[in-house]
Amino acid sequence: MAKQVTIDAKGVHYTPLNQQIRKAIEDGADEIVVNNVLGQRFIGDGLRGNATIRVNGVAGGDLAMFMSGPTVIVNGNAEHAPGNTMDSGKVVIHGSAGDAVAHSMRGGKVFVHGDIGYRGGIHMKQYETQRPILVIGGSAQMFLGEYMAGGLLIVLGLNGAMKAREIGSGIHGGEIVIRGDVDDACLAAGAKKVPLTDEDRARIAPVIREFAGDFGLDPEPLINADYTRIVPASARPFAGKYTWE
Amino acid sequence: MCGIFGVMDKRRQMMDGSGIRQALSMMNERGSGEGAGYVAYGIYPDYRDCYALHVFFDNTCESKKVVDATLEQWGTIEHDEAIPTYDQPNLRVNCTPWRYFFKPDASLAPGSASAEKDIVTNLVMQINAASNGAQVVSSGKNVGAFKANGWPEDVADYFRIEDYEGYIWLAHNRYATSNPEKWERPDPFNLHDWSVVENGKITTYGTNRRYVESFGYTCSMSTDSEVITYLIDLLTRKHGLGIDLAIQAFAPPYWEEIDRMPEAEQKLNRALRFAYGSATMNGPFTVVAANPDMMVGFTDRGKLRPMVVGECGNRLYIASEETAIRAMEPGIESITRPAAGEPVIGRVAP
Repeated sequence: MAKQVTIDAKGVHYTPLNQQIRKAIEDGADEIVVNNVLGQRFIGDGLRGNATIRVNGVAGGDLAMFMSGPTVIVNGNAEHAPGNTMDSGKVVIHGSAGDAVAHSMRGGKVFVHGDIGYRGGIHMKQYETQRPILVIGGSAQMFLGEYMAGGLLIVLGLNGAMKAREIGSGIHGGEIVIRGDVDDACLAAGAKKVPLTDEDRARIAPVIREFAGDFGLDPEPLINADYTRIVPASARPFAGKYTWE
Repeated sequence: MCGIFGVMDKRRQMMDGSGIRQALSMMNERGSGEGAGYVAYGIYPDYRDCYALHVFFDNTCESKKVVDATLEQWGTIEHDEAIPTYDQPNLRVNCTPWRYFFKPDASLAPGSASAEKDIVTNLVMQINAASNGAQVVSSGKNVGAFKANGWPEDVADYFRIEDYEGYIWLAHNRYATSNPEKWERPDPFNLHDWSVVENGKITTYGTNRRYVESFGYTCSMSTDSEVITYLIDLLTRKHGLGIDLAIQAFAPPYWEEIDRMPEAEQKLNRALRFAYGSATMNGPFTVVAANPDMMVGFTDRGKLRPMVVGECGNRLYIASEETAIRAMEPGIESITRPAAGEPVIGRVAP
């Protein structure tokens, strides 16, 4: 039988709160419900295993940093950098998130139902089988996928026009897939647009299906929509910028 | 890093300082315990026609004599007293906070469009630059700044800010990265009408300072917020710009963005950038500023610092983190994160 633990975070500093969560996981909890969260930082950081942590409230900065395995579901917004350098597992945010979402993420999935701030997916990376996925339901702001080195970043733009400009500044690995057309003027140095092929679509379809499932959306119109795919123009976008060879 | 917070009630409903203390302490992770401060508008209704000068004295003997004499030369001291304080175990007190309620003699600045403010401005510059053990930390009508070197709660309790009621509050939790610790250094910085709290570091400090000093301001604190306050005063009061244009001058669109604008807008933006190139601020920052009629917030063009805006009824909130807003207003109706350089301007109902 699944073991559930409930923690009341009201007025609790993040250090004892995260100690309680860690203790619950050590004691074999499968599901941890954390109520009344108000900006406590570092929830889920460095946790291993496959427990599910439900955060009811506004998650503080660096949610699920270095996390390896668990699932974190936030019923609310998240502050800066959820999924920072996350290794594996999943973060589902039923709201919006701040700047630098999925900062340096190296594996697993981060799904955000609403909007994200600036520099989403900055320096996401991949290595062998490790391939991080960031999906945004709403819009992203400027410098999306900055210095991106790997992984998959999808923006669905469900809440109207996409706001991001300077997309993929310094991108040298991975791919950014944005629903609808993206003006060339919104692309930054190092990024280029390519058509989304049938193989690409088949590859992203399961991800979109999973995202739609998590947020109760109809997946088919999203899977069949027009997308713009943005990839690195070269492996070294800034070669020659700082040094001369 | 730093944590900043601002709240304004558009109908001038008063808020005591306890909620602001609570909101700022939510962002303690953004501070280092080396400075915090609060400023509030509407706290001195009994002296609403006087300029309230908050002054930090090294001692109340020599330093105070000099300030008393200087003020009496330029106007009338209606009342003055020590600002009530309450010792806190974690706060090392090294000065005496004092307040004057002062009426400048406008006839001493003939030809000025805002004679009283010119006199107060000059007095603040003169006292702060003189190194005679007195620093003016705020100087506006019905407004006062309270700050010290410590955590937000200790500073709030030292001045007992819950005893003050204001319709606009700004607060700042300092993460000290440069400058030695001095009580007058933490934000907010105030010059008569305008108060400023900043999270960040303007890399154009030198250029901005030289520019604003060329108009007669003297920067003696070496802090960003001092320069920003003087720049706002210069552009809005002296040059007559609206606050929206002033903010556009401080954090202008990039040239490429200007190139894509309709012609009339291009013309305006080019003119602003050419005229106010030396007032443009670069580097990472979020600024929240207020005067008796408004509260504004804006970030640097690259959005290297956070800014969250909340609205609920007549209340406008601007903060570094959403949780600070929710701590004060759990039922907040709207939370947004404005784009870089996009000013947030809230005005008090006339």
